[in-house]
Amino acid sequence: MSSQRIKFYQTGTFTVGNRLLDDSHRTVQASMTRANALTSGHRACQGCGEALGARYVLDTAMRATGGNLIAVNATGCLEVFTTPSPETAWQLPWLHSLFGNAAAVATGVAAAMRVKGKGTRVIAQGGDGGTTDIGFGCLSGMFERNDDVLYVCYDNEGYMNTGVQRSSATPPAARTATTPAVGAEPGNPFGTGKSLPLLAMAHRLPYVATASVFDLHDLEAKVTRAMGFGGARYLHVFVPCPLGWGFATDRTIELARLAAECGLFPLFEAIDGEVTSSTPIRRRVPVDAYLRAQKRFAHLFDGDQADPVVVRLQALADDNIRRFKLVDGAGGRP
Amino acid sequence: MKKPFAITLDPGSSLHNHTGSWRTQRPTYVDRLPPCNATCPAGEDVQRWLYHAEAGDYRAAWEAILDDNPLPAVMGRACYHTCEGACNRAQLDEAVGIHAVERFLGDLAIREGWPAPAPAAATGKRVLVVGAGPSGLAAAYHLARLGHDVTIRDAMPRAGGMMRYGIPRYRLPREIVDAEIERIVTMGVRLELGVRVDDLPAAMRDGGFDACFAAVGAHLAKRVDIPAADAGKILDAIGLLRQVEGLGDAPLLGRRVVVYGGGNTALDVARTAKRLGATDAVIVYRRTQAQMPAHEDELREALEEGVLVRWLSTVKEMGEGELTIEKMTLGADGKPVPTGELETIAGDTLVLALGQAVDLTPLRAVPGVRFTPDGSVEVGPDLMTGYPGLFCGGDMVPADRTITVAVGHGKKAARHIDAYLRGGAYEPAAKHAPAGFDRLNTWYYVDADRTVQPQLEMARRVGTFAEVHGGLDETTALFEARRCLSCGNCFECDNCFGVCPDNAVIKLGPGKRFRFDLDFCKGCGVCARECPCGAIEMVAEEI
Repeated sequence: MSSQRIKFYQTGTFTVGNRLLDDSHRTVQASMTRANALTSGHRACQGCGEALGARYVLDTAMRATGGNLIAVNATGCLEVFTTPSPETAWQLPWLHSLFGNAAAVATGVAAAMRVKGKGTRVIAQGGDGGTTDIGFGCLSGMFERNDDVLYVCYDNEGYMNTGVQRSSATPPAARTATTPAVGAEPGNPFGTGKSLPLLAMAHRLPYVATASVFDLHDLEAKVTRAMGFGGARYLHVFVPCPLGWGFATDRTIELARLAAECGLFPLFEAIDGEVTSSTPIRRRVPVDAYLRAQKRFAHLFDGDQADPVVVRLQALADDNIRRFKLVDGAGGRP
Repeated sequence: MKKPFAITLDPGSSLHNHTGSWRTQRPTYVDRLPPCNATCPAGEDVQRWLYHAEAGDYRAAWEAILDDNPLPAVMGRACYHTCEGACNRAQLDEAVGIHAVERFLGDLAIREGWPAPAPAAATGKRVLVVGAGPSGLAAAYHLARLGHDVTIRDAMPRAGGMMRYGIPRYRLPREIVDAEIERIVTMGVRLELGVRVDDLPAAMRDGGFDACFAAVGAHLAKRVDIPAADAGKILDAIGLLRQVEGLGDAPLLGRRVVVYGGGNTALDVARTAKRLGATDAVIVYRRTQAQMPAHEDELREALEEGVLVRWLSTVKEMGEGELTIEKMTLGADGKPVPTGELETIAGDTLVLALGQAVDLTPLRAVPGVRFTPDGSVEVGPDLMTGYPGLFCGGDMVPADRTITVAVGHGKKAARHIDAYLRGGAYEPAAKHAPAGFDRLNTWYYVDADRTVQPQLEMARRVGTFAEVHGGLDETTALFEARRCLSCGNCFECDNCFGVCPDNAVIKLGPGKRFRFDLDFCKGCGVCARECPCGAIEMVAEEI
């Protein structure tokens, strides 16, 4: 666990701020002077997890770098909803080139900044499509060259901007426009997809971490930590999508919480390719609680019988819990 | 402006795009009535004073209590804390130990010598308060704060009423009672002791009082006829407790004491008897434990101290060193029915603790004053009797007879008397909707078990009148205060400010809470869902 938990009163560090804590234990988001790197008026859907995640990450990085920061963006929701010409929602220098080349552009920007010698840091960011599929070649190159860039993937598990198509980050059994809930094995097939954090670790990056919009203290600590390293770093942020997943717009944070607390989205950090810490689950829940809340998994719950697919998804969650040591002690069932 | 090659537009900010137009529902900050406040008979704003205590601002916390209740140190000990019975935290782990924090604050104020707030400018109106018990003292305090000139008269040699002559000192040490009364006297309240008022209208007229609040309590022991070989062996509970407080002769109880009754007074007498050296203290009660009116905690503590209880029994006869009791059974209607089965138990004295009646003598001849069939004084919602300017409260009027209700009556009467003296009517503020447990997002609250108050060891408990429960120290009191969930009212956790994907919550700074920026709020509702305490509501927009 990367952030220090203050546990002994009221809401401790579970809430964004806490008037009882001193400023150093409050989040950047609790500050009236946060950068709002992604400001109001953007065109993201109601309850957008990605808009939230991007502001969390960039505001933290802005504080960590004293505002000396440039962002490079892949194509995707985040790019589209923030910059419909002639408007921009970004309050930091920001570049967009193509869907697949954000990592390569960031490499070039980092080189240029090194030449200019002002110590300007670079963040590249994209959705899971631009990261795990289309931009993966450029990203792997940035990783292996160890270019001084923090690459942030906002993972909403599909191509939401273009109409909810499957990506290689879409979870098994999820219904998308290209993996409909029909046939013997409805939804996205088991055995497909990839874990970008584990692939990044295989490049032996100095720092790899996963974070989620429900645990702000943890997320901010990881961004701050990442900005303390030089070289290529990778942060994978879980950002629920009300539109693509099919849940009410007010449940974005709750869904992110359930994903982590059931074990399907493990929160961990890795240094030089080794997992060094994980954020323990606070109140463990069965995967049912997470899946039932989303229409993309509705086909698992429309019969009278329990769907065996839920058992397979629970097994994935249990495997994460064991692998990343997400439960103190023996890792008992919920 | 000359633009670079291929650039035709200036960059604009997304702030031109008012996404608030998308909204079909808007978030609204609300304040709700937490269950602790809702159930407090003294009308304390428990959550508000805990809020100050949470931040370690004990003086502000104590002063917030004093807005409603002038006796925090007494209340933290002798109140049966209905607030804790209603506390939402009980559904999470255990209720917040509100009384323990209140006692800590009350004791701290005594130790530090914090004065009562300064009274308002003098109104020139004079008010007579009859009875220096919790109700009379509370009324006097609030009236003095409002600028009235107050005189309290009480028939007893010392002030405090049942706080002195009813509740035993192992539950309520007398120096605490003295200190809190002294603070009220220091505000300029005149205290005339050993003065019995038998004719209220005359006392008001002769003393030039514009209004009167009578709260003389209920101290006439109810009796039943029990055939006895020696009537001197039958005592009444109130008389005995007064004797223990030094009124009249020292009590002669003998070694084996039988107490008849099932209320808190019966337990007080039994526990007092133990402390006076009785080897046996047996309570005889005609019903079962489930029906016992005494407070559960008091019964538990009495049993811990070796008090015995004979359930479903009545006393038939008092002999020499023994009593005859009859076993009862519960009838279909839940009432006890005699079985005719008799039993003899040992007993040197029998103490009757069968409840108390109000001494209505001072009110009998007052024109316009009416009484209820069970012997209480009839009052309106403003606590005024049928005689203009004469108000009654505490144990004299129909209500639960507890110290907290009495203090609440004192405050209520003071507000109505104040309005009456100013020629108006007091309108209490409308109450907020309740803050139920189902409105909380409990994930955010830290797990924290209730702090346990220290208790005197058993040997010293039964041998002396030393206080049974210890207080919390600053660390534990602070911890306990911070267990408060702040149900239904913003406590500035910054969650709404942080979780808005549209940056549409404006933080106004410490103590000033937040505001929604409706130009940009899309109405997603994340803030309302993630508010720990349920202080945000989504309201449909008129479209």
